[in-house]
Amino acid sequence: MKSGPILSLENVVSVYGGGRSWLGRAQPEVRAVDGVTFDVQEGEALALVGESGCGKTTLAKTVLGLLRERSGNIRLDGKLVSGLTPQQARLARMTIQYVHQDPGAALDPWWTIGHTLDETLRIHAVSDRAERARRIEEMLSAVGLDSSFLRRYPHELSGGQQRRIGLARILILHPRIVILDEPTSGLDLSVQATVLGLFDELRHQFGLTYIFVSHDLSVVRRMCDRVAIMYLGRVVELGPTEPIFRAPVHSYTRALLSASPSLTPGQLDGMPSLRDDPPSPSAVPSGCGFRTRCALADRVCSAHRPALEAVVDDAANGHMAACHHWQDGLFSSADGSLAMHGVGAQ
Amino acid sequence: MTASAPALLDVRNLSVAVDTDEGVASILDGVNFQLAPGSIHGVVGESGCGKSTLIKAILGLLPARSRATEGSVALNGKPLFGLEQASTAHSVRGRQIGFIPQDPFLALNPVFRVGDQLLEAMWWHGAGSDDTNREKPRAQRRRAYSERIVELLRAVQLPDPELALARYPHQFSGGQRQRLLIAAALACAPQVVLADEPTTALDVTTQLQILKLLRQLTRERGVSMMFVTHDFGVVAQLCDTVTVMYAGQTVETGPVATVMEQPSHPYTRMLLACHPERSVELKGIPGAVPSPLRPPAGCRFNPRCPEVIPDCESGRPKLLPASAGRHVACFRCHAEAVP
Amino acid sequence: MLIIRKFLRDVPAMMGFAIICTVIGIAVFGSMLVPHPHLVFESDLLRRFEPPSAEFWFGTDNLGRDIFSRVLVGTQGALTVALTVVAVAIAIGVPLGIYAGYTTGWLSELVMRVTDMFLAVPQIILALAIAQLAGRGLGSAMTALALTYWPFFCRTVYAETRRLRHSVFIEALEGLGASRTRILFAHVLPNVASPIIVRATVGMGFTILTTALLGFLGVGATAPSPDWGLAIAESREYLPDMWWAATFPGLAILFTVLGFNLFGDGLRDLIDPKLRRSRS
Repeated sequence: MKSGPILSLENVVSVYGGGRSWLGRAQPEVRAVDGVTFDVQEGEALALVGESGCGKTTLAKTVLGLLRERSGNIRLDGKLVSGLTPQQARLARMTIQYVHQDPGAALDPWWTIGHTLDETLRIHAVSDRAERARRIEEMLSAVGLDSSFLRRYPHELSGGQQRRIGLARILILHPRIVILDEPTSGLDLSVQATVLGLFDELRHQFGLTYIFVSHDLSVVRRMCDRVAIMYLGRVVELGPTEPIFRAPVHSYTRALLSASPSLTPGQLDGMPSLRDDPPSPSAVPSGCGFRTRCALADRVCSAHRPALEAVVDDAANGHMAACHHWQDGLFSSADGSLAMHGVGAQ
Repeated sequence: MTASAPALLDVRNLSVAVDTDEGVASILDGVNFQLAPGSIHGVVGESGCGKSTLIKAILGLLPARSRATEGSVALNGKPLFGLEQASTAHSVRGRQIGFIPQDPFLALNPVFRVGDQLLEAMWWHGAGSDDTNREKPRAQRRRAYSERIVELLRAVQLPDPELALARYPHQFSGGQRQRLLIAAALACAPQVVLADEPTTALDVTTQLQILKLLRQLTRERGVSMMFVTHDFGVVAQLCDTVTVMYAGQTVETGPVATVMEQPSHPYTRMLLACHPERSVELKGIPGAVPSPLRPPAGCRFNPRCPEVIPDCESGRPKLLPASAGRHVACFRCHAEAVP
Repeated sequence: MLIIRKFLRDVPAMMGFAIICTVIGIAVFGSMLVPHPHLVFESDLLRRFEPPSAEFWFGTDNLGRDIFSRVLVGTQGALTVALTVVAVAIAIGVPLGIYAGYTTGWLSELVMRVTDMFLAVPQIILALAIAQLAGRGLGSAMTALALTYWPFFCRTVYAETRRLRHSVFIEALEGLGASRTRILFAHVLPNVASPIIVRATVGMGFTILTTALLGFLGVGATAPSPDWGLAIAESREYLPDMWWAATFPGLAILFTVLGFNLFGDGLRDLIDPKLRRSRS
């Protein structure tokens, strides 16, 4: 018997701006997350992938409870945890924790590492000093650091060590879901491999569920079980990693995957590239958000917003896409040429 | 790269040291690097490998308290060193060597129109060696250069180039700003363009657009480019040849396909094996990059190298020819090559 | 240790530090050093306006009092006033600034608009008005200065807190579920401490100057207090012939203010957590 999802989002909308400042003009409203629906199964690693402005970080913060969702339901273990004030929401979602993109900046520069870790436990009412020290020690060794780090200040740590401390700081609270925000950005390749290895190890050791926010597709392919591709606040394609990387259905996914640099030399000339820049999140096109850059776009695309539907050939895997023409897309990709506008190959 | 083609930009045995409060730091240690005409050469390495210092040294922009202690940099066979004298540096920088900076969000002055910012470089240096406008009166000169800027902006595929001149930097997206900076680097028709991680701040689909543009421009205009990055994937996409650096030393150099497919220096091999695409068990390279204040003797990779031999600490390994057109600086590889 | 080494290398800051130490020393031990204790408050009309000499280093004033003694004794008053005023201003301005900076809403807006109003009126004019209303005397001058100086702290702290509120480490703490009190007092406050300390140091000098000005304008200290500003005011009409009577209290003000300013500038460069080292 399969148990229910650990986290489930249903039509979640999250809005930036809006309202007006005192004596100021009304701020334009940005729907940074616009109707996102998906489930996360216990123990899996789900990647949220997309480019800057696609709303992946906003979605992560909404799930975490730091931002209040405008509408939609968020269920944790089947229990409704949405519709609360930010403070209440954060309390209800304490089993979800977040590792910042820049874990060094997430540490108070005036506090030693030991002090910071200790504080984390005190916030969560672990009042016994010996108990706190034991848990800190335990967690430091789990992330591969020794206790000499407790006396150091954040600026004395290397990038890799800061990531480890960032992880230790939240794992100490025994979370079940960990949101990793761009966990490898700014890390050198040789350090990145070690850190990714550590993520894998900790996930199995503590039975964690990961939500992996990233734009680095080679890392995502290596680390995650499922992928959600986001564009302008919406999920455009969702499914298991390998099928999506092997046979992407949505035009945007295909563009994104082909643009991601791989180690095979010299394919630049043959690569189709998207035209223009993405539209501003405050002026999302009607219907399908990607239609202004998509070769398959027609009148239907501007009139109706495509729903996230199962891809027929791959429905058993839970492969879904939000595109009116995904079948045409499959068809035209059969001869190897991706149907897209762009700065054509020379 | 073949020995027969004379290098356009030739860096030989370049060493750069910085005086710090805690002593002298050796940032570059005998770097060798040749840029063949019409090619794109990648310089790749992790942080602390000295790749940005290399760019600054070539441009004659080394910060205060740092100096070149040995070696030479030559452009077209003419030595550039003595570039510390600001006047020479000024005439070479911009005119003969263009520069594309890393962060398009910081590299443009937000209070000036982009047209004026692009005009400025040409005003000082003229628009290339065959520029006839330099003698003309101000107004004519200005008009001629403005036309050239529009032509350049069209070449970098910026939408509405005529209107763009009168706009301010914040009115452009990151990708568009990077296009502006590429236009600025090309303004004085340089022979060589140095690019310092120009796509790091951009999204992958924008990055692809910019890389394709750079490729196309270098081909059309016969410009050679030195492309500094930490991303092997970008090197594989864009470059013809590549130099790998570690802790201020040149490790390996050669055609991209050879170096990426069959790396021979232990560092290159281990680093490429860390890439998520290739890594089997997600293990990094043990140890850390040495501090430039106290670098290990000889090959600087020797404390982390699993294949170290006694020679490794004896001196800086020479960059010697190895198989498939590449050069490697590794005592063990040298020893194995000699039967 | 790095902090101390760096500071020792900063010559102007060290000069400022030396001046402040001297001034504090005089304030504490001044009454013991006074060469003519009986000529501090009591007048001796036979000795009016004696020029500087071996006996009276700074000369005597219009009532025959020893100016050197009076300057020494006046130090304590000047420092006490400055310390009190700055302390009260910090006590009002810092909590308001942190609150307004961290929260949004009408109360935060109100605090900042009131602050702006205070800052829009020249401090000295406002202080004069308040001091006039409260009546003549050192106490009312101090009240006036404290009531007009807190907006400077409020502004500084507000700006710093606004910046910190969106910093990643504060966000991280919110994510961990830290309470607002904890965030404000354990994390925001230490991080805004450096601008507060710098502002307070410079503010000490500034307050001494303004107190002297109020004394000079006749709303501060009252005779026969050895207040520096008052001393200048009293000897003003005998200038330029009896130059010493106004010059030496003026120099006392100059040096004290200069000391605090130099030291404050030095502190500004110094207070940076990146200089903290765990071992050394």
